[in-house]
Amino acid sequence: MKKTATAKGRAKTAMDSVKIARDAKRPHVRDFIAGVCSDFEELHGDRLVNDDRAMVAGFGTIGRFKALILGHNKGSSVEENVESNFGMVNPDGYRKAMRLAKLAERFGNPVVTFVDTPGAYPGREAEERGQAEAIAKSLEFFSDLETPVVVVITGEGGSGGALAIAVGDEILMMENAVYSVISPEGCAGILWRDGAKAPEAAEALKITAKDLLALKVVDKVVKEPAGGAHKNPSAAIAAVKKAILDSLERLAKVPAAELVEKRYAKLRAYGNFY
Amino acid sequence: MGWYEKKDKPAIPSEKELWAVCPKCNSHFPKAEWKAAGAICPKCNYHGRLGARARIAATADKDTFEELFAGISYSDHLSFSDATGPYVKKVEATIAKLGEKEAVVTGFCEIMSHPVALGVMDFAFMGGSLGTGTGEKIARLCEEAVRARRPLVLFSASGGARMHEGILSLMQMAKTSAAIARLKEAGLPYISVLTDPTTGGVSASYAMLGDINISEPRALIGFAGRRVIENTIRQKLPADFQSAEYLEKHGFIDRIVERSDMRRFIAKMLEYWGF
Repeated sequence: MKKTATAKGRAKTAMDSVKIARDAKRPHVRDFIAGVCSDFEELHGDRLVNDDRAMVAGFGTIGRFKALILGHNKGSSVEENVESNFGMVNPDGYRKAMRLAKLAERFGNPVVTFVDTPGAYPGREAEERGQAEAIAKSLEFFSDLETPVVVVITGEGGSGGALAIAVGDEILMMENAVYSVISPEGCAGILWRDGAKAPEAAEALKITAKDLLALKVVDKVVKEPAGGAHKNPSAAIAAVKKAILDSLERLAKVPAAELVEKRYAKLRAYGNFY
Repeated sequence: MGWYEKKDKPAIPSEKELWAVCPKCNSHFPKAEWKAAGAICPKCNYHGRLGARARIAATADKDTFEELFAGISYSDHLSFSDATGPYVKKVEATIAKLGEKEAVVTGFCEIMSHPVALGVMDFAFMGGSLGTGTGEKIARLCEEAVRARRPLVLFSASGGARMHEGILSLMQMAKTSAAIARLKEAGLPYISVLTDPTTGGVSASYAMLGDINISEPRALIGFAGRRVIENTIRQKLPADFQSAEYLEKHGFIDRIVERSDMRRFIAKMLEYWGF
């Protein structure tokens, strides 16, 4: 076992969670899809320029639900890491997600998203093809999509690139996942002028599942096996499946118009201290 | 008293006091000339930054601006502190210096007799960062605009989300975008003006969601920072990368509008749409 975890196998500090969340052996989107869905048909492309392999999309069956699945793909082998750009999505990936979510809305399929990205890709073509616009559009789009949206933060919730597919009705978060406005290293570099102060920044930013539950940014924390999901992936994925099914059952009872009203109220309440 | 204690030193103004330097083309101008040009570079036409009040004065019809939500300020729900000290201390110093409580000033006004809901960001306030108070003011402005059936005009100037307010600052991107969606659904137009600079989380939310997105000459607009991108791709980027002109060329800005033409242009668009 890594030194980062405590004797009981639970992350002690925010940086422990960051390390577990980034562990290369942690289950990734394809593992979740294989474990959560009884069948899955992947679909490709944004119909504009590209198929972004950092965003996996397709229809699948979860229990009694036929859902659209979306998720950042970090990849689990070197080849897949490279092909999927380590889960850093280009604008094309967000546009693919929106295109297929529109389809899900038309045919009454709920949407389930798996969030695991260091952030949206900071590249030249990404900027030229409108990274900012693609993320902005995605936020606007999911805010009033008339079908249930269940979000699972499974690993790294890296800023706007994560949020672009994390606007939904129920936000689930795995125990050792992290979700932050900026990476601890990035924050330390700017506010501490020293990237090595990442552990301090990680604490200060409040990025763990427990913190985010307290801040009401997530609705439910899904427990992980001792030491993290990679210690017992099948148990971790089974727990996620159960939580997703609970959410889908709850949301299936809510009429679409009411769903959108509730989602707006949820978004409106974020940081309303005034 | 020795000579070295003499109090009345001859007044030699420093370089900084005498000269204004254009941050884009590095040309030097006498301060008075720069001021007379309205913070617009006489050489390269870079449209320099304006504070929120100066922008409102340059945009709204005289005496028509009525401020809304002026009481909303920042929130330190994380009791955030970094190497340079607590967030509260920094933000309170900014408030004292600028006389603004948040990075955006919101209200109703008229632009060439067209009633609008106007929001203006101020880069001088914590780098125009999007905090919970900023997001709340923008969301409320959208909702007030819907109630009063007014078009929304929003001038952005921001380095992105305010990390001192943690994850809830990120959530303001979703909150404001949802409020913009409602405004559009209500049949109201939104003109987004991306001024120098509009980057990070603000570019990736309400600033890019205008029914039309317009900008000023040579404004910096982008998602990721130039250095981050250069370090990622290990290549030098073109000099005009992420300029308003570059974005117009790539299809993300409808039009670059000179400051002197801004009021006319906004009013003209509103007139076309029947507002």
